[in-house]
This record gives sequence, C-alpha cells and structure tokens, in this order.
Amino acid sequence: MTDVNRRKLLTVCALAPFGLAIASKFGFGAEGGNTKTSDVKPVAFETAKGSAASRRFPNVEVINHEGKKLRFYDDLIKDKMVMINFFYAKCDKFCPIQTANLVKVQKLLGDRVGRDIFMYSLTLKPEEDSPEALNHYVMMNDIKPGWQLLTGRPGDMEELRVKLGFRDSDPEIDKDKSNHIGLVLFGNDKLNRWTGCPAASSPQEIVREVLWLDEAIPSSGD
Amino acid sequence: MNRRELMKLGLAGGVALAASGGATELLAFKDGGSSGSGGQIVSGGNKLPDSMSAPSPKTTPWAVEMPRMKVAVPKAMGPDGYTALTGAAITPQNCLSPDDCVQRSVKQQYNSFYPIKWYEMTESEGPHVWHPDLPTQPVWGYDGDFPGPLFISRYDEPELLRIHNQLPTTNSSLGFGIPSTTTHSHNLHIASESDGFPGDYVNVGQLHDHHIAMCYPGFTTPVGEDRRESLGTTWYHDHRQDFTAQNTYAGLVGMRTCYDYLDTGDETTGLRLPSGDFDVPIVLADKAFDAKTGLLYFNLFNFDGMLGDKLTANGMIQPKMTVEARRYRFRFLVAGPSRFFQLHLSDNSAMCRIANDGNIFPYPVFQQQIMLGVAERADVIIDFAKYGAGKSLYLYNTAEQVNGRGPTGNILNPGDPMIRFDIVPAKAHDYSVMPTATTQMRPMPAVNLSEVVAQRSFKLERSNGGWAINGRAYDENVISAHVKRNTAELWTLTNSSGSWSHPMHIHFEEFQILSRNGVAPPPWERCRKDVAVVHPNETVQFFMRFRDWTGRYPMHCHNTVHEDHAMMIRWELEA
Repeated sequence: MTDVNRRKLLTVCALAPFGLAIASKFGFGAEGGNTKTSDVKPVAFETAKGSAASRRFPNVEVINHEGKKLRFYDDLIKDKMVMINFFYAKCDKFCPIQTANLVKVQKLLGDRVGRDIFMYSLTLKPEEDSPEALNHYVMMNDIKPGWQLLTGRPGDMEELRVKLGFRDSDPEIDKDKSNHIGLVLFGNDKLNRWTGCPAASSPQEIVREVLWLDEAIPSSGD
Repeated sequence: MNRRELMKLGLAGGVALAASGGATELLAFKDGGSSGSGGQIVSGGNKLPDSMSAPSPKTTPWAVEMPRMKVAVPKAMGPDGYTALTGAAITPQNCLSPDDCVQRSVKQQYNSFYPIKWYEMTESEGPHVWHPDLPTQPVWGYDGDFPGPLFISRYDEPELLRIHNQLPTTNSSLGFGIPSTTTHSHNLHIASESDGFPGDYVNVGQLHDHHIAMCYPGFTTPVGEDRRESLGTTWYHDHRQDFTAQNTYAGLVGMRTCYDYLDTGDETTGLRLPSGDFDVPIVLADKAFDAKTGLLYFNLFNFDGMLGDKLTANGMIQPKMTVEARRYRFRFLVAGPSRFFQLHLSDNSAMCRIANDGNIFPYPVFQQQIMLGVAERADVIIDFAKYGAGKSLYLYNTAEQVNGRGPTGNILNPGDPMIRFDIVPAKAHDYSVMPTATTQMRPMPAVNLSEVVAQRSFKLERSNGGWAINGRAYDENVISAHVKRNTAELWTLTNSSGSWSHPMHIHFEEFQILSRNGVAPPPWERCRKDVAVVHPNETVQFFMRFRDWTGRYPMHCHNTVHEDHAMMIRWELEA
C-alpha cells in the first residue's frame, strides 16, 4: 500500500463511527460494508411522494375532446404512465410535424396506448380550442383512442403550462406560443419517473425512451 | 488597485491577473470568456433560483467538518486475478457474452493493458446527512455514498472496475431518477465499451465492467504515447440517457485522481505538490430541499436547469474544514446539474492554480476569481501558514446565477460562503513546495495545424423550447461526425442560443482552445481541456487529436438538464 493510501485510510477509519451512527438510525447494520438496498426503508418516503406529486401537478379541471370533464392529476396522471405535449389546433408551422410524429408513436406503441400508456395534448389556446375544435383535430389527424386532447379555463391551462415547464424565462419569448411545442414530456407517476425529449425526435427514439418508464426497464440494445 | 477595481476590471474588460513563463502580469482580453454579458458587482449573495418555489430550511453554517471521501481499496487478487470479483459468471477473458468477449479482450486491448488492480463497487441507496439540521435521508451513490469512493490511480497500472447496479427497483424514495445506469469516467482515455456511453446502461441486478487502461494517449500512432498528456483530477458519474441530471443529483458522483512520474502523490518527489491528507478533492454541488420535509428536491419540470440554494462540499452543506498551517492542494469539481461556481477567498488573495480540468499547466496561473462551468475542475494550492493558526478563511462562490441558463456575468460581493477553513498548527514538517510563476510544471503537446485533416462546425441552438446541435436533437443511431483515427481536427462551437451558456464536453480525447470569438483564450484556458464553456453569442475553436480506440463517443452540454433534453451528439472514431 502506498503512503497516500495509508493516510487516506486513516481518515476513513476516523469517520467510521459517524457512518455507523447513521446506519443504525435507519435500522440496518453495516454488514461487512455491504449496504443491503432492500433494507433501506426511509420513513419519509410516503410524505415525500405525496407532497412532491401534488406540488408538481395542479389538479385543475380540464375538458377532453369528447367534452368530458376531468381532474388533471386525479383522473389523468395519478399512478399512470403518460405522455404530455402542448399544441394548438391552428398552429400550422410546427404542430403538424409533431402531431404526425406522435401519431406514429401511438401506432408503434400499439394497444398499450389507452391500456397502460396515456397520451395527452394540451392546448396553448383554450380560448379558441373548444372540445368540438379538438374533436375535429382528432379526426383530421387520425388520432386513436387513448390519446386525449385537453382544453380548459385559460388560467388553468396557463398554470399547467408553466408548472409542467413549457415556459421561457424571457417574457418576450414566452409570449410566442410556438416556443412551447418542442418538447414531449413523459412520466410514470407511480414510479416518480419523469423525463422528456424533443417532439421532433424520430418516433422510434421517442418510443425507446418512453418504454424506460416501465417498471421492468428494457435492456440496453433491445 | 483595490479589490473592487480589480474585480470590476476582471469582468468588464475581461482582465485577469495572470502569470506565465516568469512574470506576474496583467493580461487584457477583448473577450475574457468568463462572463456572459459584461457584468456588474452586485452586493450580497445569490437570490432564490427559479427552479425552487420556496427556500430550503435554514441550516447553521460551519456546524460540521467537511467529509473526506473514502478511498477505494482494490480487491485482494486470487491466483488467476479473477476470483476476487463476485457477480455474474465470468470467463478468463472477463466476458459477459461471446460478443462482449471480442469487444473486451481484443478491441479494448485488455491483455496489452492487463489490469493489475481490481475494484468492485455497488450503486445503491444509502442514508446521507446533508446537514445535521436536516433529516437523515436516502441518496443514490456508489457504495451508497455521495460522493462515492475516491479512486487513486497511477499511470501504467491498469484497473478493472466492476460496477453493480443494486439501486431500488420500484418507487424511488427520492421522487426522481431512474434505477438504470451507465458510468462515465470523465476524461479518461479508455475504450468506448468502458466509457459509459449514454445508451450502454445496465438495470438493477446487472453489472458492467470498466477497463481503466491508465495509459497515455497515442500508443497506436507512429510517434507513440505522449506522456505530456497525463491526467490528474478526473471524476466519474452516471451518464444515463435522459436521466443524467436526476441520477447525478441523487448522488451518483465520485472522483478519481491520477498520478505519474511528475505528479507523484509524494511531497518529496516530482513537482512536490501537497500530498496524502493534504491533497483534497472536493465535489461542489448545489442542492434544494423541500421547505416542509427537509428532503432533497429536484424540479423535474424546469428545463433551463436545476439550481439549488444550498451549497455543498463533499456532500455537506457549508462545512468547516480544519486545516493545518501548511500548504494544501484542493481539487475543486463543479458537479452540476446546472450551476456555475466562481471560487474566491475571503482575503481576496490570488490562488495558485496549477491545473484546469485536471491537467497541470506548464506554469501556474494566479487567480482571485476562478470561474468554473459544470464539470470543469480547478486544482489550487493554498498556503495556510501565511495566515497562522487560530485564523479562519472562507471560500466563496461569487458567480451570480438565477436560473439554469447560465451565470449572469455579475460578480457577487461577498457572494455565498461555501467552506470555512479553520487553521490549526501544523503537526509535521511540510515537504511540499509552492510553485512560483516561473516553476515549470507539465509541458504542453504542440498544436500542429498541419495534422488537421478536417474542420467541423457545431451550432448550439434553441428551437421551439428545446435544444439542438446543428438543428438536430440527440439520437443515438445518428452519427454526427466520422473521425479518422490518428488524425487531428479543428472543431468550432457557435452558441447562437440567446442567453444560454453551454459547458460543452467531449468524451475520450482532450482539446486545446485556439480562440474565443477570434481572440486567444485567457491564460487559465491555455491548456488541455475536456470542457469548453460556450457563452451566449460566443464562438470557440479548438484543436483536437483523435487516437487509439475506435468506437462511439458523445459530445454534449454538461448542464445535464440540457443534455437530458437531447443537447448531445454521437461521434465515431473510425479506423
């Protein structure tokens, strides 16, 4: 052992009682230095999940393209695996590309959409996107069941947009709605697992990433 | 010139107190590259960042001694060198499958750099104390710790590092992260199979073997290995595609220090730098905690970046460090996800900086303010003897940053205190030597433009609320640059993305910055680097050699929130 190693080890030894004290507080011993992950049951877990989830998602009322009223968190997010993006029906510059892309994603995901994966597109212009307008968009774009288009009170939709991170800290850029359509967010509320990718990514790539939300994560290279 | 004037100059004009090749001088740059928008001096400290809705609970500063990292200990070796490792069955070639066998033993030149040190560690959830005023709580760490074990490596002593993923399989008690990992050894010259490519992940119950060759680059070139390209301060961290910010924030970060004939780890030989207990790696990371529960908080829905209001050093909020009245070598790492740090001492003294990104300079550089983007490192030597026992000195972060876009360019006065050094008498003689402006340290490999066979430009862009490089989002099946082995190239990064700063990192090979907006870089960037911060409206050009192992490697923004939202490309080193 080099001199460096010996000195560092002495430091480690000096800190060891501190480490043990923490371990015992958690109700597991330091068994030969191997932390048994299954034994770690932090007390604060339920509280953490509950408070984090409710803070993340405003539980506002939204209306889907079939005119059905829903609570955003309770009915659409809670314990589900979901994909979320923002758009508006009359957005003809970027939205068509992204919608077409997500239609391919829906096809690739097959019957999982509506069964255990749910897709939501939230309008950025609730004042012009009525449930009827959204329903028309669904029919025009070959959107299948399991993918709901959502509108609601403008203030609520705005809160959803900002809380879900589809915003820009520069107010001028934030005003331009086309700056909020570039991302698709996906998550598994039950697992607290969330990420996102550009909505213009290849459909295969989006599907590959969405499947990482499964409890049994597909192997690398699958 | 007083401090205030100097700081003002340091920003407004990009002027730096620097030393090179003998004389301490005041060097001026048109665009110093360390500030975004021609900053001001702002009184106080950083305000609550926009990624937090309420401040973290109050914590008492300087309550606890700064933790030191555990040192990784090699496994005792069995007669065949393999039996010491546990886990999946392995063959004498250390393969996981027939394909893997070829990859590992042949492509990685396993037998040419046959491991003589064997390590094994486990990614797991473990209890952590961020501060005694906060509840003891889970982190994800290497061997359950944040930071993970410190690897002390030596050139020409190859290692095998087996990493097991034993993270919790179901609901993360953290509220973020994914129990699926790939470990990147940041800046090591190792084959793609061991590099921690974002898509080469392993899930819970699986393991990955990393061949840490500890060789100098250039061993396949006609001129042979280049011993000037030795690395010093490196680190390792999770690099899981889409989840790097969350998983590293959860604690999957550790450091590795490398030694060689010059930087020996012994105060009586080579450069005679402070060694052993006096060679101190420090992971700097900002964290946010839930105002009510005091538990670690990550904002999943702020795509500018994640900033916290608590500054930690080696996993402890505002620790004190008891230091002897002698010389110390500190190796500061800014671990992200998104905050830039500007290091500044409370007595306004210039720090003797000996390395950037872990690479020892030809001559030391003296800096009062050391700006570090995410993943950048600074090695500095501080002599506490000059203050005397009984005194205290503070390390501040003086970079103003309010959101994940990058620093504002303003300097905070005094800023946010991070560490208090309490000086006690030295217990033994200090054999280390303080380098002066004329101390020759590590020579630089020459930039030889006649080696350049290709020039590439990469535009860093913002479009429709996402990021792109040359108009594309990351797709691991798309190769954005085919680079021929044992050639050199000029790469130009242009940041047209408004007010964002992007610390760009390239895996596997280092580069030397030639210019920032057409002007030579400041003295502390006249070295080999693996991260180039590209500030708003800036163009950075660098020279890069590509040698040895073929394979796939990424370039990405090391604001890991940007990285996770596809600000990355794959490039391929081809034979």
